Amino acid sequence: METGKVNVTVTVNGVRRSAMVEPRMLLVHFLRDGLGLVGTHIGCDTSQCGACTVLLDGEAVKSCTVLAVQADGSDVTTVEGLGDMENLHPVQEGFWEKHGLQCGFCTPGVMMTAVGLLKQNLNPTEEEIREGLEGVLCRCTGYQNIVRAVQYAAARMSESEGHREVAAAGDDSGEGGR
Amino acid sequence: MPNVFGTPLKRREDPRLITGKGNFTDDIQLPGMLYMAVLRSPHAHARIKRIDVSAARQVPGVVAVYTGKDLEGKMGTIPTAWLVPDSDIKTPPHHALAVDQVRYVGDGIALVVAEDRYTVRDALELIDVEYEELPPVVNQEEAMKDGAPQLHEGVPNNIAFHWKAGEVPDEVFDRAEVVIRRRFYQQRLIPNPMETRAAVAQYNPSSGEMTIWCTSQNPHIHRFILSGVLGIPETKLQVVAPDVGGGFGCKIAVYPDEALVGYVARDLRRPVKWTEDRREHFTTTTHGRDMILDVELAGKRDGTLTALRIKNTANLGAYLSTAAPGVPTILFGLIAPGPYKIPKAAVEVIGVLTNTTPTDAYRGAGRPEATYQIERMIDLFADEIGMDPLEIRRKNLIREDEFPFDNALGLQYDSGNYHRALNKALEMINYDQFRKEQEEARKKGRYLGIGFSTYVEICGLGPSKVAGAVGFQGGLWESATVRVHPSGKISVFTGASPHGQGEETTFAQIVSQKLGVPVEDIEIVHGDTNRISMGWGTYGSRTTPVGGSAIAIACDRVLEKAKKIAAHALEVSESDLDFEDGAFQVQGVPGKKITFQEVTLQAYLAWNLPEGVEPSLEAQSFYDPANFVYPFGTHICILEVDGETGEVKLKKYVAVDDPGPVINPMVAEGQVHGGIVQGIGQALWEGAVYDENGQLISGTFMDYAMPKARFFPAFETAFTETPSPVNPLGVKGIGETGTIASTPAVVNAVVDALKPFGVKDLDMPLTPEKVWKAMQKGRREA
Ligand code: FES
Ligand code: FES
Repeated sequence: METGKVNVTVTVNGVRRSAMVEPRMLLVHFLRDGLGLVGTHIGCDTSQCGACTVLLDGEAVKSCTVLAVQADGSDVTTVEGLGDMENLHPVQEGFWEKHGLQCGFCTPGVMMTAVGLLKQNLNPTEEEIREGLEGVLCRCTGYQNIVRAVQYAAARMSESEGHREVAAAGDDSGEGGR
Repeated sequence: MPNVFGTPLKRREDPRLITGKGNFTDDIQLPGMLYMAVLRSPHAHARIKRIDVSAARQVPGVVAVYTGKDLEGKMGTIPTAWLVPDSDIKTPPHHALAVDQVRYVGDGIALVVAEDRYTVRDALELIDVEYEELPPVVNQEEAMKDGAPQLHEGVPNNIAFHWKAGEVPDEVFDRAEVVIRRRFYQQRLIPNPMETRAAVAQYNPSSGEMTIWCTSQNPHIHRFILSGVLGIPETKLQVVAPDVGGGFGCKIAVYPDEALVGYVARDLRRPVKWTEDRREHFTTTTHGRDMILDVELAGKRDGTLTALRIKNTANLGAYLSTAAPGVPTILFGLIAPGPYKIPKAAVEVIGVLTNTTPTDAYRGAGRPEATYQIERMIDLFADEIGMDPLEIRRKNLIREDEFPFDNALGLQYDSGNYHRALNKALEMINYDQFRKEQEEARKKGRYLGIGFSTYVEICGLGPSKVAGAVGFQGGLWESATVRVHPSGKISVFTGASPHGQGEETTFAQIVSQKLGVPVEDIEIVHGDTNRISMGWGTYGSRTTPVGGSAIAIACDRVLEKAKKIAAHALEVSESDLDFEDGAFQVQGVPGKKITFQEVTLQAYLAWNLPEGVEPSLEAQSFYDPANFVYPFGTHICILEVDGETGEVKLKKYVAVDDPGPVINPMVAEGQVHGGIVQGIGQALWEGAVYDENGQLISGTFMDYAMPKARFFPAFETAFTETPSPVNPLGVKGIGETGTIASTPAVVNAVVDALKPFGVKDLDMPLTPEKVWKAMQKGRREA
């Protein structure tokens, strides 16, 4: 038994996962190295790029700013849990349809950020989308097609989820309010 | 079959990337894998007096520690691959780990290998180094002065090379009606692809084989160089570039780190991973630009330009990186006259070593700098003679009927219709209306500006003969193998190495168009030296014009053979056959045909092949272009400068680019968007800053301003398509045009906005502070 390690249990993409980790281990390293979920990327060491963004209890957070132990007992969704090719999330679909990615390195984090954004505002203006992307960096796309991808997803989500969803989104933003 | 060439097909690389199933270098996990980290110099210039690694070695989980001395003589030095001719070039040795002297902040000193990422960093901190600090020099002009600190033995005054092209005698300028003289500083930039560099190496002691996965734009160049550095024959060295998260030039170079990973994996007989952190990227991955340009432009009062002369003093950093000497010389110098008929031109370049991170290619590499100076100079010239910036361009742009056009420095521009691109861009704005609004706004204390950039660039690198003549230590042809499998499915192996540009899609479109096979049946394979014939990789917007053309030629060869088999099977002569909709059709006999897939099967069964035709259906091309290609276009920027704060607000941005026939307009547009943002980044925000001690003070994303989504309006883009006669597809390049064109368009627009303040020029980046100061100065002087 390794000393100095603590047990962490996190539900990741719907599956309960437990591991012994060093208390200083970042959530992003836990996901990547510990659980082999390498879809979540690391782009910086000053929490500015957003490549590591995941949903933590439904809210988009930079997983390089969270310790694995802080996520103990939480629910985490990574890009691997967002949707697969048989069942793409509208945001993933939007990125594909609108050419919202080039190298694809920033993409998982940017998509998770977009999911978080649309949870709070299902009908964002272009300006609101650009502002909502404040915490992410993409060096390839020039952002324009990312904006189009988010617009596409917003349209798809509001049309498929209808008025019922509008009410639910209101609740969500209440909960996730800053 | 419908046309696939020219359609906005969704990208085939996306499914893996949007579901988190990409395979980037740091994603690779191998059993028993160790982690490596490099201790880097905190000083810009120092002698290493003593290194004590004993404490680091004691840390549980640490497997090995190496210093420069440990490796001396056991591995080669890191070479430069561009020996600019007739320049008296000096190539001081670059050790993978510094042996007794460090020359920039970030220079590697020692490395630790441990069982996990955290331990390796812990141990690194325990290495004790005693330095004797030496005076550093960070500015290239200072470094050239007598008495300046000397970086390397045998490089007097730190001058690595001195290169010249063309000559314009003084009297041309003495006699000219108008001469504009201006100094521009092309600031230093940090490439910052979102994926930092990384490498993983695995060695098999029983076979002597090694695999290195790394973030490379050109795995074959990595293999070529690493094979020499590590002493492993190419037959036993496999280099793989898996998914690569952007490069922008900084993943061309072969760095010490990739060689070290290989060395350590072989020495310890365990797989080893190294991943750069972002802080490390800022100091150890090559930077871009950092050139001081002294430019003289002569002409007549009527706006005719007559001569251009440039002196470029380029900062190369502490060592000569792989392609570094080629950037300020060949890639910058020869295209310096741009799209204008300037009968005389001369360029002189001094390459200088300093105590800074080595510089090398960064998106555009030389061409943004060339375009910047000529686009700024022509505006300054227009201003001087009181001519409209549009008018002076119209007057001097090469006309459609003047191609191929020989520029004053020996390049032959292949094809172009510069006025058409300019006119198309003008249709997207209303120039006269804008000038009126600008006039009105000024009266109200609002400062609008418009800037033009009517650029031409040189890309599609390039003819190997020319590569040799300009000192590049490699060829610049490209390889393609088109392998049709018995079922008719096709694997295409390309020596180009895309890393975000989308060629898994656009190359499949080329093949689909040529062979009439659905895109779904075509797989594009790249990035693995064990699967792919020698090739030269992706940079210099060469992937489509050179790599794509190689594929087109290999497809033609496949078709040629298939036609022989088809004719034999249908018992007609080849000349009786047309190839359409994926089948060989006998002319005039509807229904008498054989499909490409049927022919393929026959080629493999080989039961009944025509005399002299070998079985199988596969062809290769090693395509060496006869010339470069020259994309061009017009970008127009409209913006407003806040009279109170100096902040620049982009209002409208129009880009018309001509990359020849567009294979996939969606992908091409994406390339333009990304390029524009990077170019505007240089114009307005980005800049690497060193203090006088050689410390990089813009060394994190907190201090280095990366462009963000909210800084931009939506760009309006369009294409004109002027085919190049150089290659079989007629294509040019699109990956760098945005970066090349946008920087001067924006700066020209800011200077235009600041006209009421008497501002003629400002050094980039045009931060609010700088703009505000310029306005204040104007106000005081008014
Ligand atoms: S890696 Fe988390 S913000 Fe950059
Ligand atoms: S797609 Fe490459 S960084 Fe965003």
